[in-house]
Amino acid sequence: MQIILNGQPSEQPEPLTVHGLIERLGLARAICAVEVNSQVIPRAEHESRTVHDGDHVEVVTLVGGG
Amino acid sequence: MTVHTSPEPGLAPFAIAGRTFSSRLFVGTGKYATYPLMQQSLEASGCEVVTVAVRRERLVNERGESLLDFIDTSRYTILPNTAGCFSAADAVRVARLGRELLDQIGNPGRDWVKLEVLGDKKTLLPDPVGTIEATRTLVADGFQVLVYTSDDPISAQRIKDAGAAAVMPAGSPIGSGQGVLNRNNIVLCLELLKHADPRYPVIVDAGVGSASDVSIAMELGADGVLLNTAIAHAREPVMMAHAMRKACEAGRQSYLAGRIDKKMYATASSPMEGTISYIPGE
Repeated sequence: MQIILNGQPSEQPEPLTVHGLIERLGLARAICAVEVNSQVIPRAEHESRTVHDGDHVEVVTLVGGG
Repeated sequence: MTVHTSPEPGLAPFAIAGRTFSSRLFVGTGKYATYPLMQQSLEASGCEVVTVAVRRERLVNERGESLLDFIDTSRYTILPNTAGCFSAADAVRVARLGRELLDQIGNPGRDWVKLEVLGDKKTLLPDPVGTIEATRTLVADGFQVLVYTSDDPISAQRIKDAGAAAVMPAGSPIGSGQGVLNRNNIVLCLELLKHADPRYPVIVDAGVGSASDVSIAMELGADGVLLNTAIAHAREPVMMAHAMRKACEAGRQSYLAGRIDKKMYATASSPMEGTISYIPGE
């Protein structure tokens, strides 16, 4: 399936959970927040939430800012 | 007249969004040449609240370092911003992502957000309509919303009415280093926002270039100052951070101590009576 990951098309295997996705990205232990189709998916729901074809996924973290 | 014996009178803690702080300086974490330099600058500034931004994942910089490795999250309250958002909807999304990130760290700033809804890329001036709309949404969602706005007093009042935990008028455009361009507007913001509510927090946010700018904002009666570039891009950021800390305290004390009225003519500090010299016109 193809999702839009941080604004870019990205091929991903199915089935895939949010947890599975961030694990594939090497971010399973990192401080990161995930949004699917403009809705934040809390960490506690990462394992149960499935990512579907065409989903817009944002994976974000904290950076320096004013 | 009260004679103070304490070495630093007037620097009592102040409350904002349900938390109490000793330092009235809020410092950003952006634009430092290195993270260690940022860490030392935050330390030197004496700040207790630091702002951060939420951005697409790129968890390590070129040196393999992450911002959070250089911020003691048990010591600082982290205030995530919505910088770079040009609509209320995007600002609300970023605020919620920031809350999710702070939840994972267990930081007390988890319900805090520095709301920025920008109206123009070149000036980074706020969109007043979008700002008020996002303030309402985030307040209803349980956030403590600290709102960046222009120095327009009526906008400031409307933002307070929308439920903001603090209003943060800009001294001048973000990162411009022009200081407090319209002191009258800052004073009017303070008068309106603190009318019958003297403890309502008003933070001058943006535009600071030098230590004297911080003192001016504090002398006008602001509860605090939020700055970033003035330290991060100073030739010696750590030294500038020291200067900012002292300027903030000096400005606060100067405000509380009560300045003299400005007069047209001189008034001698030494007595005229008893002088042995010839005084013209007498």
